[in-house]
Amino acid sequence: MITRFLWQGMTRNLQLFVLLVLAVGILVPLSNLLLPPESPFRTPSWVLQLMGKYLCYASLALAVDLVWGFCGILTLGHAAFFALGGYCMGMYLMRQIGTRGVYGNPLLPDFMVFLNYKELPWFWHGFDSFWFAAPMIVLVPSVLALALGWFAFRSRVTGVYLSIITQAMTFALLLAFFRNDMGLGGNNGLTDFKDILGYSVQSDTTRAVLCFASALALAIFLVISAAVVGSRFGKALTAVRDAESRMRFLGYRVERYKLFVFVLSAAMAGIAGALYVPQVGIINPSEFSPGNSIEAVLWVAVGGRGTLIGPVIGAFVVNFGKTYLTGALPEVWLFALGALFIVVTLLLPKGVVGLWNQFRSRSRERQARATA
Amino acid sequence: MLLLRPFSVLLSVLASLVLAGAALAADLATLVGNLTSGGLSEREAAITALAASGDERAAPILEALGAGQLYIRTSDKLAVIGRVDGNRLALTEAVSGKPTGTAVEADLDRVRVNNRLRGTIEAAVGSLTLMSPNARVRLNAADSLFKRRDATALPALDQALAAEKDPRIKRAMSEARAAIVLATADSPPAQKLAAIAVVRDRADRDSLGILNTVAAASDGEVKTAAAAAAGSIEQTLAAWQMAQNVWYGISLGSVLLLAAIGLAITFGTMGVINMAHGEMVMLGAYTTFVVQEVIRTSAPHLFDVSLAIALPLAFVVSGAIGILIERTIIRFLYGRPLDTLLATWGLSLVLQQAVRSIFGSSNREVGAPSWMSGAFQLGQLNITYGRLWIVVFALIVFASLILLLRKTPMGLYMRAVTQNRPMAAAVGIRTPRVDALTFGLGSGIAGLAGVALSQIDNVSPNLGQGYIIDSFMVVVFGGVGNLFGTLIGALTLGVVNKFLEPYAGAVLGKILVLVFIIMFIQRRPRGLFALKGRSVE
Repeated sequence: MITRFLWQGMTRNLQLFVLLVLAVGILVPLSNLLLPPESPFRTPSWVLQLMGKYLCYASLALAVDLVWGFCGILTLGHAAFFALGGYCMGMYLMRQIGTRGVYGNPLLPDFMVFLNYKELPWFWHGFDSFWFAAPMIVLVPSVLALALGWFAFRSRVTGVYLSIITQAMTFALLLAFFRNDMGLGGNNGLTDFKDILGYSVQSDTTRAVLCFASALALAIFLVISAAVVGSRFGKALTAVRDAESRMRFLGYRVERYKLFVFVLSAAMAGIAGALYVPQVGIINPSEFSPGNSIEAVLWVAVGGRGTLIGPVIGAFVVNFGKTYLTGALPEVWLFALGALFIVVTLLLPKGVVGLWNQFRSRSRERQARATA
Repeated sequence: MLLLRPFSVLLSVLASLVLAGAALAADLATLVGNLTSGGLSEREAAITALAASGDERAAPILEALGAGQLYIRTSDKLAVIGRVDGNRLALTEAVSGKPTGTAVEADLDRVRVNNRLRGTIEAAVGSLTLMSPNARVRLNAADSLFKRRDATALPALDQALAAEKDPRIKRAMSEARAAIVLATADSPPAQKLAAIAVVRDRADRDSLGILNTVAAASDGEVKTAAAAAAGSIEQTLAAWQMAQNVWYGISLGSVLLLAAIGLAITFGTMGVINMAHGEMVMLGAYTTFVVQEVIRTSAPHLFDVSLAIALPLAFVVSGAIGILIERTIIRFLYGRPLDTLLATWGLSLVLQQAVRSIFGSSNREVGAPSWMSGAFQLGQLNITYGRLWIVVFALIVFASLILLLRKTPMGLYMRAVTQNRPMAAAVGIRTPRVDALTFGLGSGIAGLAGVALSQIDNVSPNLGQGYIIDSFMVVVFGGVGNLFGTLIGALTLGVVNKFLEPYAGAVLGKILVLVFIIMFIQRRPRGLFALKGRSVE
């Protein structure tokens, strides 16, 4: 019933888009699994893996858009939430290796044996079980977002200052996770995963299921975001973005609105990261690098901030370009990425979706004029 | 006649000096002759005589004798000092010290010594150097005795101590004496106590080592005194260590200041978030590299002034690129700080990749001119010239910037536009021009920082990225729009960082500083020295 309620609250375009995401999430894995290898319609395994990755990026972009596009908080540290979710999943996957590591130690993961750990650090306990790891994937990023947001929004840190704080946060985490003493694999991070929920992470079936799970997560996030944005709460959120002091004078507790959406977005990013890690097979501290967070912001900017479809499109377009260019013309990629930043901010402040809407409304005007 | 008299006096003095020198040389020759002829017992007398002559040049001869390097050349019976040079011996005349060719050992006759003689020789060398008329030689002799703690030198040392006039050398000698006394197990406790007091006042790592050994080896009063003295030295050393940390902190702070000060202008006074600021620093460093390359190939003698040539060039290169950026990108984004941030980030990627395409991604070698290498000791502080110059340079840049802003028409316009743009425009200031120049100035200063940073960091395309977050921290911490805040902020963060390092390690220290700043911004969102009044919003 709730689903139906949420569904009816969405615009027609968004409904179609969610269906499209789900269709991709079902058809792509199925075509990989069911069709014979020589069939021209079969998705190769590497495309499947890539698709799963892009879907996770799209979820991250949506999370960024929720705070930036709808609430005006430019976060430069969302990749940190993504990576934290990823690390939680990575820890679970590490524990699933058991004695199949290089050192075959039943108690400690390989890197701990290598670094002369005598016993499991306290925060690793519980990660043997998926049912402990799963809530952690949501909790760890949310709690960090709650703590940072509570302090920052309450003391009215806004605009670029907030951006700089979030960037400092992800930078501090980057440095922290690089340390071997952190007990999370240091420089190399967590890798060499074997099983997830008893199924091999390498097998095509698992990959197909993970790809579908990513699509499902994205679809759910789209529905949730639509509900949040479309509600009374969402209207207030947009108002906070456009005129924060006025909202405050009108008696709204601005920091609560911001905090809620910030934590929600961090949780979404965490889940996206958790789905990302088993598909790429590694999580290491470089996921925390400030550049990653800014790149996620670019996906949103390219697709169109303040729309729900935009970030998904942006994430797909930019990452497709990245995959293609880093393969074909590696030197050109950074030029292209940099130029994209500049062009989008200068010429396309509303992104691809904004351009489309503009085009649509213009052609509609023309039609109206023609009929008149 | 009257006129000639002073002249003749001068002449006679000169003559007597020359004569005395000749007499001395002759003396040395006969003494060395005595040394090389005769048996072992006569040799001992000769050594004592040589020591008693007080001639400086006797010391190397005696040292050579002790080391078995003093020879008689069979062909002409000349006393020579032979040092191994390949498979032959390089010879110098013992008396005059002139080189006199090479020889194989078969053509030479070694002047033999035994163990008893060696003791005599060491004492003689000690007393010779300790009594040398040259103050530097005496000081070195005392210092080396302090390190060697050679008990045989004690009589010579006592003699020298009695004759010494220079208070500095006298102190060094009494410290050496105290060290010897403490190293000798059977010296009387009263002497040892006095010696402990002397060594304690020296207060460095060596004396701490001596006192710790004494405290471990002895008992009773001496033990407690030594332990107490060691404790007091440890305190002194800890204080020095703290001073050293402060210096390191100031040094790091000045680097931060250099990197951040350009940002303080663009971010602070214009409200523009320039994420490509680090790349301006990098361009400055690469300008230095190019200047040095040109100098290396075409004018090597100019190498020592390469940095002086690079400074204005780096300012112009970075400044010009800054103005270009302002005119083509940033001016369309005023009032949209978050968009500016994204666009300049993109720009930084483009600049990095451009430099990578031109110069390659590996580190480039930028040399240090001679006046920037080396170090000196100030008390227990170790100060390298490179760091010292960077501190000085940062302060000069800061002071000139303040002067520029306060005392020139350009600075006046800049401040006016910062405080109230519409009013400034209304009174006829061309605000777009001022914007471009301000941005150019900030970027140019980043270029200057690049020249300095090329001396202490790897010159690679990623150079700037390492500084951008730190620089933002400094500017935000110090208070946006306030240059003195930037100065204080940079130095504070530098010192805090260096004080945390010994306890927490470099990386954790940095993390703690970041966390501290994140907390700090919550408390004071506008920084340490926030601007007040109408220009704030």
